[in-house]
Amino acid sequence: MTTTAEHLSATTLLRFATAGSVDDGKSTLVGRLLHDSKSILTDQLEAVESASRNRGQETPDLALLTDGLRAEREQGITIDVAYRYFATARRRFILADTPGHVQYTRNMVTGASTAELAVVLVDARNGVVEQTRRHAAVAALLRVPHVVLAVNKMDLVEYAEPVFAAIAEEFTAYAASLGVPEITAIPISALAGDNVVEPSAHMDWYGGPTVLEHLETVPASHDLTACHARFPVQYVIRPQTAEHPDYRGYAGQIAAGAFRVGEQITVLPSGRTSTIAGIDALGQSVDIAWAPQSVTLRLTDDIDVSRGDLIAPSSDAPAPTQDVEATVCHVADQPLSVGQRVLLKHTTRTVKAIVKDIPSRLTLDDLSQHPNPGKLVANDIGRVVVRTAEPLALDAYADSRRTGSFLLIDPADGTTLSAGMAGDAFAATAGQVHEAVQQDEEGWDF
Amino acid sequence: MTTFATVSEGTDSPFALSHLDSLESEAVHIFREVAGEFERPVILFSGGKDSIVMLHLALKAFAPAAVPFSLLHVDTGHNFPEVLAYRDRTVAEHGLRLHVASVQDYIDRGVLRERPDGVRNPLQTLPLTEKIQAERFDAVFGGGRRDEEKARAKERVFSLRDEFSAWDPRRQRPELWQLYNGRHAPGEHVRVFPLSNWTELDVWQYIEREGIELPEIYFAHEREVFKRSGMWLTAGEWGGPKESESVETRLVRYRTVGDMSCTGAVDSDATTLDAVITEIAASRLTERGATRADDKMSEAAMEDRKREGYF
Repeated sequence: MTTTAEHLSATTLLRFATAGSVDDGKSTLVGRLLHDSKSILTDQLEAVESASRNRGQETPDLALLTDGLRAEREQGITIDVAYRYFATARRRFILADTPGHVQYTRNMVTGASTAELAVVLVDARNGVVEQTRRHAAVAALLRVPHVVLAVNKMDLVEYAEPVFAAIAEEFTAYAASLGVPEITAIPISALAGDNVVEPSAHMDWYGGPTVLEHLETVPASHDLTACHARFPVQYVIRPQTAEHPDYRGYAGQIAAGAFRVGEQITVLPSGRTSTIAGIDALGQSVDIAWAPQSVTLRLTDDIDVSRGDLIAPSSDAPAPTQDVEATVCHVADQPLSVGQRVLLKHTTRTVKAIVKDIPSRLTLDDLSQHPNPGKLVANDIGRVVVRTAEPLALDAYADSRRTGSFLLIDPADGTTLSAGMAGDAFAATAGQVHEAVQQDEEGWDF
Repeated sequence: MTTFATVSEGTDSPFALSHLDSLESEAVHIFREVAGEFERPVILFSGGKDSIVMLHLALKAFAPAAVPFSLLHVDTGHNFPEVLAYRDRTVAEHGLRLHVASVQDYIDRGVLRERPDGVRNPLQTLPLTEKIQAERFDAVFGGGRRDEEKARAKERVFSLRDEFSAWDPRRQRPELWQLYNGRHAPGEHVRVFPLSNWTELDVWQYIEREGIELPEIYFAHEREVFKRSGMWLTAGEWGGPKESESVETRLVRYRTVGDMSCTGAVDSDATTLDAVITEIAASRLTERGATRADDKMSEAAMEDRKREGYF
C-alpha cells in the first residue's frame, strides 16, 4: 500500500524477492524499505503499535507489519510467502517476502519464480554461510536476472570496508560460478538505516547505490530481440455474432519475444503453418506485440488451433518432445517417486506423464549430486526424467523462464508436487551438458 | 559482472510495459486461464470499484465476444441504492446474467439472525457459500487485493476452497511462475483474484486511464450522516442513527463501497477522478483503515472471516 503524491509519476513495475536466514535482519530490511519509502500508513503503524503493546513490548515490532496470519503472530515466525507493494517516484515494486524458516527452499523458489531481482541478506559478522550459498543457488537455478548481496549489520563490524570487501568477493565468486549474470553488493545496516533508502554517513569508502536506488534503476525488462518468440494459446475467441460472424482469434499472453503482423508462424505440436493476419491488443489493433502483453492473434488460414497449442515463428519453432529432462524443486509434503504417474502443466497445456527416473538429488549446501535417490521429498531439488503422453513444445528454462517451466501435479487430489525447469540446472555447467545433448542427438539419424 | 559503484541511467528498454499495462496483461491472462479451465465460473460483483474494474478487464479479455461468465451479487439488504442502480444498468448494458444471494432472505427465513450492532457484512458468508454450492460454481472471481490487508497479503491468485468454502492459509498451494493450478475435487471451488497485485492507487489510475464510469457515491456529495465508532455512516432505515447519535449534512465521498452498516464515508471535496486520485495519494490512512468497521473487530478479523468462506 503506497500513497504519496510523488508516487503518481512512477511508471514501471519491478518484481523482486528477499531471501535471508532467521536472524539476518530480513524483516528489519523489509520494514525499513517500507517505512523509509513512506509506504506504511498511519493506521497500519497504529495497529502494530497497539498489538506490540498488548504483547508487553515497549517498542513497535515491525515484524507484525509483515506477519499477517494469526499463527505467525502467535509463534513470532513467518510461515508463508507474502506479497507487499510500495512505490517511489521512479518505480512501483512488488516484493515477494519469503520466509527463511524450515520450508525455505520451496518458499524461496515460489518467490523467485516471478522475480526479476533477488536480495540475499548476509550478516556481516558471519559472512557467507551455508544458507547464503543455498540462497545464491536457488537464485541461480531459477535464473533470477539480478542478484543483490546486502551485507547487513555493518554497524556491528564498525563499518569496516575490508569486512565488506571480503564477503562481497567470496559471494561474487561463488554466485558467478553458478552463472548468476549480475551481482551487486551493498553494505547496509537495516537497523540504523545505512544505505537502505538513504546513503550512509558511516561508509565514505562506498560509492555505490543504496538498496532502494538500485531497485529503482535496475533494468526491468530484457532485450526481446534475443528471445525466441513464443505464444501459448489460452482460449479461442469466436463471437459468432451478426457484427463478427467470422472472427476467430487466439487469445493468450506472449510468453517471450515479439510477434509481428505478416509473420509466418507454426502451431505446435501439430506443425501446421500460417501467417499472422492481425494482432488485437485488448481493443487496439497493432502491428507488433511483445512479452508479456496479453493479446489476440488472428491467422490468415482457418487451421485447427486450440488451448494448449503453442504459436512460434516458423523460422524459430521448438522441437516438440515427449521426453523431458529437468531440474525440479519438490514443493509438496507427499514425495515424488520413480514410476509415479503425474500431470504435467506446461504453459496452457496439461498432459499425463510418468516419472521415468530421478538420476540425482542436489545438495544445495555444497552443490554435490547424490545419485539415484529413488524419490524426492519436500524442499528437495533433483534432476528428473519425465515421459509425457503427448508431445510438448518445451524450451530450455535457460532460454525462457515462461516456456521452460512446468508443474508436476498429483492427478488424485490436484496437489502441486514439483516446480520444474527444463534443461540444464545451472548456467555455469551449460557448456558440458550441451556437449552431451549434442552427442545424444547425433545418435539419432534425423 | 559485479557492480559496486555505478547506478545505470535510463535503463528501461522501449519494450518495458508501464505498470498499468503490466497489471492489465496479468489480470487478462488470469481471466482467460479460468475461462479455459473451468466449467462454471462467476464474477462476484458488488458495484464497488474493484469489481467494476474486474468486469472491465473481463470485457477486454474476451472482446469482441461476450464475457463467458455470469455475475453474482451478495445483497446485504443494506446496500446503497445508487450502487444497486449501477449494478442493474451494467448487467443490462452488457447482456450479462446476474445471480443474487440475499442476506435479507436468510434473516426473513430465520436462518440468520440480525447482529445487535446491525452490521450485516459478516452475515454475507452463508448466503454466498450456499449460492456457490447450489449453482455449482467452480471458480469465483473476487476483487480482493493483497495490499488491502495483511491476511490478504498471503492470499494466492488461485485459492482453493473446500466444500465448506473454507480457506486454510497453512495449506495453500505454492504459486509458481504464472502456472496457476486450478484442479479441484467436485464440491470444492477456487477463488480467483485477478487484482491481487494491484494497489488502491493502481485501481484509480486505471479507472481514469480507461474512462470507466463509477457509482456517484465515490465522488464528493452532500449526505446525511452520523458518527459511530469514529466513522461517518449514512443515516437510513437500516438502523441508524440511534437516539444518542445525531445526524448532520456533510460533504463526503466513499472510498470503498460495502454495506451501509459498516462502510464509512470520508470528508472530501473531490468531485472528479483527478481530485480523487490526488486525495488518495496524499492520504495517510489505508482504504480499509479509513472506512471499514468490520476489519477493526479484532487483529485477525479478516483472516477469521476468510477462513469461514468470506471473500
